Order: sequence, then C-alpha cells, then structure tokens
Amino acid sequence: MLRRFRKLDRPLLGVVAVLSGYGLLMLYSAGRTDVPTIVSTIWLRQLIWLALGIVCAVLVFRVSPRLLEWATPYIYGIAVFVLLLTLLFGTGAGTAAGSHSWITINGKRLGQPAELAKLAVILMLARWLAERREPPASLRDLAYPGLITLAPFLLVLLQPDLGSAIVFVAILFSMLYWAGTRPALLLLLASPVIGLVLAFSTAVWGAWILLLSGLVLWVRPYVREGLAVMLANVAMGVIALPFWRHLAPYQQNRLLAFLNPEADPRATGWHIIQSKVAIGSGGWFGKGFTHGTQKRLAFLPAQHTDFIFPVVGEELGFAGVVVALTLFAMLLFVLMRVARRATDPFSSFCVFGIAGMLFAHIVENVGMAVNLMPITGIPLPFFSYGGSFLLTCALAIGVSLRVAWESRQSGYADHSQ
Amino acid sequence: MAVDPIGGALSRLPPHQLDAKLRAARFLVWGAIAVIGTAYFRTQIVDHGKYELQSESNRLRPITRPAPRGVITDRHGEVIAENVPGYTVALLRVTDSMRLQLERIAPLLRLGPADIERLLQRFRRAPYQRLVVLADAPFDVVSVLEERRLQFPGLVIQTEPKRHYPDSSAVAHLVGIVGEVTDQDLAGRRPTALRPGDLIGKDGLERAYDDTLRGKDGFRYVEVSALGSVVREGALGLEPEPGATLRTTIDLDLQRYMARIFPPGASGAIVALDPTSGEILALYSAPGYNPNAFVGGVSPAYWRELNVSDAHPLLDRAVQARYPPGSTWKLAVAAMALKRGIATMRTRMPIPCRGGLQYGDRFFRCWNAEGHGSLTLEQAIAQSCDVYFYQLGLKLGLTSMLEDGNAWGFRARTGVDLPGELPPAFPSGPEYFDRLYGARRWTSAVTLNLAIGQGENTQTLLNMVRLYQMLASDGKSRTPYLVRPTPEPPIDLALSPDQLAGLRQAMINVVERGTGRSARLGALRIAGKTATAQNPQGPDHGWFIGFAPAEQPAIVVGAVIEYARHGSAVAPHVARVIAHYLGADTTTARYEFRLPNDSAPRETRVLGAPPGDSLTDSTRAPAIP
Repeated sequence: MLRRFRKLDRPLLGVVAVLSGYGLLMLYSAGRTDVPTIVSTIWLRQLIWLALGIVCAVLVFRVSPRLLEWATPYIYGIAVFVLLLTLLFGTGAGTAAGSHSWITINGKRLGQPAELAKLAVILMLARWLAERREPPASLRDLAYPGLITLAPFLLVLLQPDLGSAIVFVAILFSMLYWAGTRPALLLLLASPVIGLVLAFSTAVWGAWILLLSGLVLWVRPYVREGLAVMLANVAMGVIALPFWRHLAPYQQNRLLAFLNPEADPRATGWHIIQSKVAIGSGGWFGKGFTHGTQKRLAFLPAQHTDFIFPVVGEELGFAGVVVALTLFAMLLFVLMRVARRATDPFSSFCVFGIAGMLFAHIVENVGMAVNLMPITGIPLPFFSYGGSFLLTCALAIGVSLRVAWESRQSGYADHSQ
Repeated sequence: MAVDPIGGALSRLPPHQLDAKLRAARFLVWGAIAVIGTAYFRTQIVDHGKYELQSESNRLRPITRPAPRGVITDRHGEVIAENVPGYTVALLRVTDSMRLQLERIAPLLRLGPADIERLLQRFRRAPYQRLVVLADAPFDVVSVLEERRLQFPGLVIQTEPKRHYPDSSAVAHLVGIVGEVTDQDLAGRRPTALRPGDLIGKDGLERAYDDTLRGKDGFRYVEVSALGSVVREGALGLEPEPGATLRTTIDLDLQRYMARIFPPGASGAIVALDPTSGEILALYSAPGYNPNAFVGGVSPAYWRELNVSDAHPLLDRAVQARYPPGSTWKLAVAAMALKRGIATMRTRMPIPCRGGLQYGDRFFRCWNAEGHGSLTLEQAIAQSCDVYFYQLGLKLGLTSMLEDGNAWGFRARTGVDLPGELPPAFPSGPEYFDRLYGARRWTSAVTLNLAIGQGENTQTLLNMVRLYQMLASDGKSRTPYLVRPTPEPPIDLALSPDQLAGLRQAMINVVERGTGRSARLGALRIAGKTATAQNPQGPDHGWFIGFAPAEQPAIVVGAVIEYARHGSAVAPHVARVIAHYLGADTTTARYEFRLPNDSAPRETRVLGAPPGDSLTDSTRAPAIP
C-alpha cells in the first residue's frame, strides 16, 4: 500500500489537496454572515462529503481501467435510465425549485444524477473512440459520439439545467479534439448552435453564413454533409425567433441580463451586479478572510454554491483570484499530462474528457461571476457546496490517479515538469 | 505492456502530433485563464473605486438625526420648552414593498388600515428617507420591537430629542405646538432645508421663531443587510446642530400664577405687559390644551376633542379673538376729547344722567337706571356713566372718533411676535356706514353706540391692553413683544402729562370707589377700568384692564372673560396678578361683594348688523353659542 502511494502522481494529488483546502476555507467563510443562515454550518457537511469522496476515490483507484471499460455500457445505461427517472419524478431545490434535478426518496434529496452522468458520458465516449482507433474524419463519423452525448444532453436540458447540458457538449468536443478530429470539422459540427445564437442580429447572421460557406469550401466535406450543415444553419436562423419565444421567461431574462445587467437591477440583473460589486470592491488583496461585506450582508446570492468565487474575489482580492486560477490551470495541465502518458487509449480519453469537463465548469462558473458568461447554475469544482458534484470530482480524480499510476507501473519515465 | 504505450495506442496519431495537440490545448487553457484574469483585473483593479463605492452604498444607509430644537426660556432663564429623549420607530425601504413592511409591523404597533394608508401616503412623498412610523414610541413597544428586529427588515429605532413643555397647558398658547411639516408649509416657504417629515413650529413662539429654534439635522450611517435588517450602526455621520436658545420676556412665575387663579371652566385671556418697554410678561388664554400631546403626532381622538369642543381650546383669546371693548373704550373716547381740547377732566355734559338719554326718537339708557346726575369727566370714568359718554361722543363727532381710532391703531394688528394675530374690526371712516347701511340710511345713533364701546367696534385683548399701556406710560405705544419687538412706528396719543395724570387719577377712582372696587387691594394703588361688553350671543363678557403702581406703572394687566356678566367680576383676578407681580398681598378683601353692573343697555342697538357682516363679536372661531 505504501509503495503504491509512493507511485501516486504527486503533482495531481497535491494540487487537488490544495484546491480542496482552499475551497473548504472559502466555504467556511461563505457561512460567516451577519444574520446566520443554514450556510453557516455547511462547510462541515462539505467536510463529510469530502471524506466520502476520498473513500470513493480510493475505491475507484483500485479498479482497473480494463474493468471500467468493460462496465462502461452498463454504467452509461444506468445513468441514462436514472436521468429519465429524474425527469419524471425529480424535484427542484433552492433557487431552481421549479426544475427536476434531484432524485428524491421519501422527501429526502439524494443527489443530482446529472453530475454523475457526466462521468458516464466520458466513459462511453472514451470506449467508443478507443475502439475506433481512427480519428473521426467526417460528420457521419461524428454521428455516433454525437448520439452518445445527445441522450443525456437532452434529458438534462429538459430538467431544465442548461449549465450541465452545456458541460456535456464541452466533454464531447474536448474528447473529439483529443481523438484527432480536425478543429474545422468540430466547428462545422457546432455551427448550427452558433448560427442560432447569431441569428438575433440579421447582419451578423448573414456574415456568419458567408464565413461558414468559406469554411465548408475549405474543409471540403462530402457534398451531402456540406449541404446539411448549410441547411441546418439556415434552419436555425429561421427558428431562432420561435425558439426564443419558447424559452422560459427566466432563461430569456438571464440571457438579457447577461447582455445588460443594469436593465433590471432589482430582479434578474441583481445577481450579476452584486457579484461584480463583491469582486470589484475586493481590490488587490480583498477585505480580509471572512470580512466581505457583500457576503456578510447577504447581497451575494448563493454565495456557497454558484457564487462562491465572488467571495474569493471580495475577501482575498485579485491576489486570491490569481492563486485560484493558477491552481485550476495547474490541475488542468497535470490532467492533460496524465492523458498524454496514459498506457491505453481508453484511459487517455477518460482523463482528457475529465479535464474538458472541469475546464467547462471552471470557465463558466468563474466567467459568469464577472459577466463574461451568462448565468447558469453550475458549480465550481472543489469550491461550491454540493455532494453529487464533489463525488463526481472525487471519482474523476480517482480514475486519473489510477491512470497515472498505471503509466508509471509500465515504466513510463517521469521526466517532465 | 508495450514499451512506448502511447504511439499506436491512441488512434493513428504519431506522438509528435499528440504533443502538438497538447500544446494547443494548453494554449487554449492559458488563453481562457488570461481572458478571465483580464476581466477580473478590470473589475478588481481598474474599476475598483466604482465598485467599492457601490459596495459601501450597498451597506450603508444614511439616517437623519433630527436636531434638538432650541430651548425656550422665560426672562430669568427658567425653561418653558425643552427636549427630553424619546424613541422613534422608523422603517427604511428594503427589498419588500413598504406596504408589506407596514402590514408586518402593524399588529405590534396597533396600526389600523387607515393608519397604514396615511403612512404610505407620507412615504410616497419621500421614498428615499426613513418613514417615521411612531414618533414617540413607549418603552415597552420599543423593547418588544428590539427583541424581534430580525423579523422586521428595515426597522430603525433611534433615540431622538422630543419636545417637552414642563408647564403644559399653562404655556400652551404662548409656545404653541410642533408638528410634522405639511405640503402647505413646504409650498409657502422659501426653499430651505425643510424636507417632508421634518418638525416645525405650528403655532405660538414655536412657529414665530421656528427658524431660530430649528437646528440643522445631522445624519448617521447604519449598515443594512440585503434583506434590510439594520446590522450595526456606523460611526460616520454628521452631528446635528441644536437650535438656538430663545429667551423670552415671559415671567414664568407670573404665567403660572395666572393659569392658577383663572376661574376654572371659564374662557378668556389675561395679558400682562411692561408698559415702559412693551415686553409681554405673561400671556394666558383659557381653556388651554396640552401641547405635549402634539409631540410625535397628536392622537386623532384628542384632536377631535379639541376641535369639537364648544370652548375652542386652540384659540388664543389674547390675540385671535375679538370682543366689543365696552366701557374700556371710554378711556379712548376720553383721551380723544382731551387731545382735541373738547373737554378737560372737569368738563360736565349739558344733560345730567337720569338713567338714560333721549336722542331722536330713541331712548338710550345708562347701565344705572337710577341715574348718576351731573358728573365731571373724571367722575364719569369712575362711574362708567353711559349718558355722559353718549354726549361726549356726539360732541367729538363720528369723523373725529374714527379718525383718532384709526390713528391710534384700533384698526391694525399690534404687531406682536405671535402668529395668527387678528386685526381688530373698526370702521375706517364714516363711508363704512354708507357701505353697510346705504348712504343716509343711518343716523348719528351709531356715534352713541361707538362712544360706549359697542357697535361696529371689536378689539382683541392685546389691542386694548396696548391702549392702557400708552395711558400708563408717556402716551406713546411700545409694540408688545415676547422675544424681539417688530419695528412698528409708535403711536402717540399726544396728551400732555397733566392730561395723562388726570386720566390715571380717574382710573384710580374706578378701583377706589367706582365700578372696579373689587380690584382694590390693601396697600397697592391700582388704576383700571372695568367693562361689561354686550354679547348678542349670550351672557355679557367681562373686561378689566388695570395697571400699578398707579403713580409709576410697572405692569399693565388686561383680562377678558367670556360670559363673566360683569367687568367687576374680572377685576379681582387682574388685581391679584398685578399684586403677585409686584410682590404685594394678593387677597382681595371684598371679592364676594354685590357689584355694580356697567353693562351697556341691550335694547339700544341702532340697527341690527346685516347677517354675514357682524362686527359685534367676531372671533376667529365659529359662532360661540
């Protein structure tokens, strides 16, 4: 056991440990408000989840990637089935009380299956890509991984949980990229969504169609696929308006608030404005640990989950933000290195997919706090309170550690970083 | 396991391509981190000032700290109006609507739906200030609220100076009341620092010297959470500047004495002046009210009680009510005759008093049906003989009487520094009667009535007291005042010292052996004049105006008591006030005596005054029954 421990990937373990400690401290601070709420003791509950996470990580570390690869279809099947159950019988919670994100038994909320489904999708994509041994070269080749992602994507989108749904897309694209798919092809795959977003301005949309035509000519896909891409984009331009009308008012408001938070400062813009005020008032070194006034006086919404990063910005200032971002970057780099040195394709894809998932979470969560991204309720790894996501992260790190350990076992020289 | 596990394992890509992909991915991560870092840099460093300000204004709310009003003292520095600490319960607007906040707190403060509407109306006028819900909260309510303050977002409880009048109703009309500024107040004034919700003087000295008494409000910051709970009080802010102390000419001891000896249940007023300066030593109007009840908002019940009361307690009868001067006016007629050289103190009238005077086809009676016989002017004043003054009035002539009356200020306000002073009602000239009755539709009979202080002549108590102030001094008026005299041109009776001395001697006789004997006090020589003013609406009003010491007057006191029936019933009160001030024995020996009645005869009215233009007994208040 001790020998095994010595063979662990210490940079990965170290950066994860530091991030977990940092996150727990900020969660403790998030509970220090002038009027105590349930948040004041939530760091203790996170500590319990963390312990549980470590147990899970150790367990999954002992599982061979071969066994994991064999079990993947079952895991994926169970995940999709549970998502389906969630959609039918799930309940909402907190600020998203109207949604169906939680599995509840006897009124007790057990967890959010969407988080664990992310891992299932990573495994399933890794298995398919690893078996294929050939980079997907055409849109037709991308159909199967697309379908693997689409099922949970749609089920989560219907909950509705746009943030998590987007993470599935990020996982897909990062793994396709790692498999060797040309970025231009990925762009073509993503083009209908981009077209949908840009359709709100006719001029911009026109320019996008022109650009896309150039892209199609340059990539030279099959004629049928090129036509399909173009048609899909045109169709998106047409359905954009009905689609917008179909969005729930809160979703519309969030998108509008992203564009102009001051338009409705009391309601939808409130989160963004107060978050920016918290971050901005932090300055270089912040107001001091646990002394953030925005947080203390409850101006920050969801300061223990989605908006925990503004607490970092307010209390520890730009310095604390830079430290956190650097730690996240280090985590991603370490994971990518592990993926590069994996002994088998399945492991490699798994770890790269995990990096892609974490990257999506970090960019979206940290970005929305300063209005770089629209608000979607998506947790920040190792910081936000939340059992399901913490377990997901722990399992992901467990898998990554195993993969790193395997490559060391096989004698891959550790000569970098 | 393969030696190079990666090579062919990961699809067909050669290792160098994998490394290239890794570099690109790293580049992407760096790029994302750089973009995010730049955004944070812009927010935290470049725009730091802006957001810091926002975060401060987020949590800190300024709350007005009202300035204590200036203290009002009497001439010796004794306190008439002061400030005591009181509790104010106010609400700040937070995330919930003010209506919701009020409804939540209403049961504890016993607010009804009407109160809530009233408060909301006030809130809409100044939505960014605290809404004072309870201006003078009792301690038990405050302690209950303090315990549950978390349940009431936006609740602010602070101690504030609260007006207090230790002598309550004894000084009510003098100091007046304070109240919250109304829209009319705001509209009427120059745009000063007055804001809705501020306290201003509504009456009396509080109103007349509001600018002096009102200090400058300060403010302090309180830290408010997003839910509106006041979390702690900030140290920053601005201390309020208290208003200046107002030293008045009042002798509080005399004022209290007046209130004490005033006949209980009666309506009327007493005014005491220093004849040499015009300083008002005391001014009391009855019935009084409790000015302390107005602090922090008068209760609707008390307000209704004050307004429906037949006695009109809010009316300041010294300056806001007009009464027919009755016989006190006879001194004015005598002075006019002396000034014009028509009579001396020894002049007798052609027709001696036989209980009345036949004039034209009417018989004008004297109050004494037995008649006074032939009298000199001096005796006529002492006996208040109507027949004598009918004839003196005719000799003087209507035009001269009105001319002098106007010149001597019987048509103008005295200019006392109290708000709401009513000008007396007095004809401006003979044309007045043409307008009133039509040209040549009236006879000189009006002159007879005017000569004895009846008819188209009603005066405020203070106006009549000023006449006696002139008689008691050198014949020149001193504008009565409480704090600072208004610069009014002085009125000069233009009487020689001998003539003044003669009138004073006559007034001494009034008290010594005339109609004012009830005012006689042991050693003190008081000069004065009684009057029983005819009151068409009920029993006659009684007057007495006197001064002492008769030789070198130091105080003039006038009193009018409604429905007193006889001036002689009023005289002892005035005498006691004078004696109290001069430190003499205040027991009036023959207080209970059967006293002569110098009432003007009732049935001698020349013509009934046309409805709607009544000069006979117009007070500001609705008709006194």
